[in-house]
Amino acid sequence: MYKKLGICVFLLGYSTSLIAGDVHEFTLENGLQLIVKEDHRAPVVVSQVWYKVGASYEPEGKTGISHMLEHMMFKGTKKHPPGQFSRIMAANGASENAFTGSDYTAYFQTIEKSRLPLSFELEADRMLNVVFIDEEFQKERKVVLEERRTRTEDKPISLMYEHFVATAYQNSPYHNPVIGWMSDIKNYTVEDLKVWYKRWYAPNNATVVVVGDVDPQAVFALALKYFGPLKASKIIPPYSRPEVKQLGMKQITVKLPAKIPYLILGYKTPVLNTIAPENRWEVYALDVLSYILDGGKSSRLSKNLLRGQQIAASINVNYDIFNRLTDLFTFSGTPTSKHTISDLQFALEDQIKQLKTTLVTTDELKRVKTKILSSKIYELDSIFYQGMKIGMLETIGLDWRLYESYLDKITAVTAEQVQAVAQKYLIDQNLTVGILEPKEKK
Amino acid sequence: MRLLISLLLLVSQSVFAIPQIQHWQTSNGANVYFVAAPDLPMLDVEVVFDAGSARDGKKSGLSMLTNGLLKEGAANLSADQLAEKLDDLGAKISASVSNDMANVKLRSLTKPSLLEPALELFELVLTQPSFDATSFERLRQQTIISLKYKQQSPSSIVKKAFYSAVFGNHPYAQLSHGTIETVSALTLDDLKQFYKRYYLANNATISIVGALNRKAAEKLANKIVNQLPSGELPAPLPEVAALKKGQIIEINHPSTQTKILIGQPGVARGVHDHFALYVGNYILGGSGLVSHLAEEVREKRGLAYSTYSYFLPLRVAGPFIAGVGTSNKTVDQALKVVKDTIRKFMDNGPSEKELKIAKQGITGGFPLKIKSNSDIIAYLSVIGFYKLPLDYLHKFNENVETVTVEMIKTAFQQRLDLDKMITVLVGKRS
Repeated sequence: MYKKLGICVFLLGYSTSLIAGDVHEFTLENGLQLIVKEDHRAPVVVSQVWYKVGASYEPEGKTGISHMLEHMMFKGTKKHPPGQFSRIMAANGASENAFTGSDYTAYFQTIEKSRLPLSFELEADRMLNVVFIDEEFQKERKVVLEERRTRTEDKPISLMYEHFVATAYQNSPYHNPVIGWMSDIKNYTVEDLKVWYKRWYAPNNATVVVVGDVDPQAVFALALKYFGPLKASKIIPPYSRPEVKQLGMKQITVKLPAKIPYLILGYKTPVLNTIAPENRWEVYALDVLSYILDGGKSSRLSKNLLRGQQIAASINVNYDIFNRLTDLFTFSGTPTSKHTISDLQFALEDQIKQLKTTLVTTDELKRVKTKILSSKIYELDSIFYQGMKIGMLETIGLDWRLYESYLDKITAVTAEQVQAVAQKYLIDQNLTVGILEPKEKK
Repeated sequence: MRLLISLLLLVSQSVFAIPQIQHWQTSNGANVYFVAAPDLPMLDVEVVFDAGSARDGKKSGLSMLTNGLLKEGAANLSADQLAEKLDDLGAKISASVSNDMANVKLRSLTKPSLLEPALELFELVLTQPSFDATSFERLRQQTIISLKYKQQSPSSIVKKAFYSAVFGNHPYAQLSHGTIETVSALTLDDLKQFYKRYYLANNATISIVGALNRKAAEKLANKIVNQLPSGELPAPLPEVAALKKGQIIEINHPSTQTKILIGQPGVARGVHDHFALYVGNYILGGSGLVSHLAEEVREKRGLAYSTYSYFLPLRVAGPFIAGVGTSNKTVDQALKVVKDTIRKFMDNGPSEKELKIAKQGITGGFPLKIKSNSDIIAYLSVIGFYKLPLDYLHKFNENVETVTVEMIKTAFQQRLDLDKMITVLVGKRS
């Protein structure tokens, strides 16, 4: 008992001194936000440009257009012909790419630190000056169709997940897949892309995050030089489309040529962004709950369903407090060959019931907190990940400092609070069940 | 402002510290590779045994199950107890297997009150695994489910068929997961024998990166393998035979896209033309969107989201692989473009200008290779396991710079034969 307490205190000691790091925040006159975190372990820097636009901003019929636009951002500006962005980056040894999510579109380069100016110069250029050439667009659309085939069409679990999410959300824009529906991808015009770009790409809708072996003031000077001259534009935030209240359990069975069945249970739950400040503890308690169930090999689902009863061959719990809109708290997995999907669903529901009726133990709670705290330290090994956290929080409309106070909030969660949120949110009325049923077919 | 910027540039041109690798042997013969990384209060230890799937013999999947079972209970600790103790310390033990290697890793914080008990547990896992029958059966069942999962994944199906065709009777023909048949036939005794045969101190390479000094690292290395016996080292792997003829294998699968792999046996680790092949392949298919393959297949024609090539150098010749995924309708076109691109590259090599830019890119990106403890320990394990020179990282850029167009052409022409490639296609052609 003593010993465990000691561990927690030690870890907390780590957390306050280390996690905070040296973070510097700047805002340019045109509204561009710059956040710099120092990490001097290697002469490397990661530079990320985050735009407040993603799949959840898109209107019906144009789903996936943010992602399509992400592809077009590599297809040339007035100054640089198509493909040159990547050629310049490659010639400078950069590791570069981009990613689109429901709530953000981000571009990044990891690069030897003296070449940061190059990254800023090219990112600033493509923030406002992309030239949309129809021929390039037509080719790139084909690439995106192939991407969708790879990621979704030919992966039974991904395809099932897409159907599941679309069933769970009725009117929330999270209903639609980030990559877009096949028919929408086939329908956009180059004009649509141009309009979408003009609407969202501007310095006042962007956050630049730099992590690495840099001097924050020098980075600020670089930002002024390259991003400073860009003109702000009027950004009209997306319509609020809160998910309608769910009135009963939903279920979908997806039948596909597959070899193993798959189950997913999703409960609608609030996230930091959607909950009243005085109720934020609920979100942290849900997060702790997710770790009690699936936060390391000693957690309940591993112990009871993978090992103990051996009902599950794989099991996963997912809950992310850092989203823009109401999210799903999901349980997903595959039963062992001696068990059925119903057995697995029943076992999961039993685990949920236990959380509602019996308080989690002090040992479990401590273990979860230790787990989270140690993960935070391990995350410091990746400059990319550090930048990612900062950029994502800012882009979904939260202060990046929330990531720092996260540790304290988690530590404050009690067993009673975990029980309370289980009782409040993990209920049938919030539930959508998705089942992948293998169907042999030639 | 301008002053600050030029200062930034000036500082960066100075030579930065490439990690100094320290190397020694434990008293019972394990090779240790250590880099001090004092900045973060954490430690990574990786122990690699020459006990990868190449040692499976006819019992494909044996190495992976043996290695995977280590962390499912040790000494008097059950799987549950071990998991709880590790989570109490915020420590993680993980295991993985590839063709040549069986890896067991520990990540821990370095506060002595956390690190010392974590190392105790790591030592138990390495030296006193329980090989408990229930855990074995559970792991076997999980492996079978994951093998079934692979049967619904076009990229897994194509990989399995490709390795099987390229390596024929060689141990590299079998992937580490094994097959449902071979895994079903394994016994606990097979695993115990495999462990006894290969998990030897003198068959272990230990890599350490973290916030500790040399003395502490020595103590640590001795501790974790002290109880391991020494024994006879595994026999050298047989050489990989060159393919006698090309072959096209088509596998029907209900997918909208066809996954294609093309290749043949490539090279072993440490061959004399390693850097010519590395730089050459970077240009051909190893540099993301700007490689020849990406340019021809994706950028010019929109035929694929992903296309690439690589050499996977192993203890003996690992594969050369070129890959592409394209819609079922465009298979013939994509296949032709990929083959033509490789052929053209083999005939002509890169241009002088392309080589110059590739060198700039590779050498300019060198610091990225050593930017985190995770990156560094991955290099340590490869350098240690394959006995590459300790100054491998220091000489890396220099070696890249020596490569010429002629060297690339010669290396590719000697190592590859386009008329004897294996081509595997997985998809649904109408």
